[in-house]
Amino acid sequence: MDYGDSDTLRAGPRVPDLLLPHGARGVKVVVVGGFGVGKTTMVGAVSEIQPLTTEERMTQAGVGIDHNPGVSGKNTTTVAMDFGRISINEELILYLFGTPGQERFWFLWNGIFEGALGAVVLVDTRRIEVCFEVITRLEDRRVPFVVAVNTFPEAPQYPLPELRTALALSDSVPLVTCDARDRASCRDALLSLMVYLCTLAAQETA
Amino acid sequence: MTSDNPKPWEEGTPVPLYVITGGEGTSAKAFDLVTLIATRAEPEPSMQPEQASILTMCAYPLSVAEVSAYLSLPFSVVTVLLSQLVDDERVEAIAPVPVAAFPDRGLLEAVIHGLRRL
Repeated sequence: MDYGDSDTLRAGPRVPDLLLPHGARGVKVVVVGGFGVGKTTMVGAVSEIQPLTTEERMTQAGVGIDHNPGVSGKNTTTVAMDFGRISINEELILYLFGTPGQERFWFLWNGIFEGALGAVVLVDTRRIEVCFEVITRLEDRRVPFVVAVNTFPEAPQYPLPELRTALALSDSVPLVTCDARDRASCRDALLSLMVYLCTLAAQETA
Repeated sequence: MTSDNPKPWEEGTPVPLYVITGGEGTSAKAFDLVTLIATRAEPEPSMQPEQASILTMCAYPLSVAEVSAYLSLPFSVVTVLLSQLVDDERVEAIAPVPVAAFPDRGLLEAVIHGLRRL
């Protein structure tokens, strides 16, 4: 069930994916957005490894209640997450997690946002409404975030100030455009998050 | 990391791993997705195959998320396997960089510098 076949079990990273230095530590950033908005594309665009998938079983109401051996509770949902990796330097590995499409499950997996530097909210202008709940939840959890509009060629283009109003974003939250397929563009979106975090840190110490 | 967990593993309850996942008393809290795992001992023939695989693949450190992905096992199942390995001192778990409400400026500058080189 949970066991992969023997091939999967023996499989590890390909040799080029092995070379994390000893003594490094991890840090993470989360990419959130609706289904099909390009989260995995973005992760893949900047990752030094092929994006991988990790998963978790989420029990909604039945945590600690369902103890039927051999039967996974009906309240159980598998949440899969794609992620990639960027070696920042010899001491620091940045992991980038793309949360799953069903937004109501994102926040059940507490470990996703716990300890994260911040989040990039990826927006498709054809389905802006998907982001409202995400933004509210991030604000509630005090997870700092920037909003990146994925520029799908077929999606309507709006001026950023209009989008800011539509998303009810405060002026301080960075809003950028981004092509999730393009490495430099995704890097810049991540940079805007880091610069924003620097600003927040400076405000805090001021 | 896991030594202060009161119930790291319930001996004598031969339930499938996926039941443990949803059960209480797992050690999931001790590991983050980006906790790095580094092997400190050779695999032994008597070990569970999954644990032996972890020791082989973490000869160079890998995050718990990567271990979960390569083993095709849910995160919390992997943390149970890892808890035992940590208790047995077969692997070392390297905690992520702690991120306070506002992360350290030096950390952010390092990330910015690293991203610019992409």
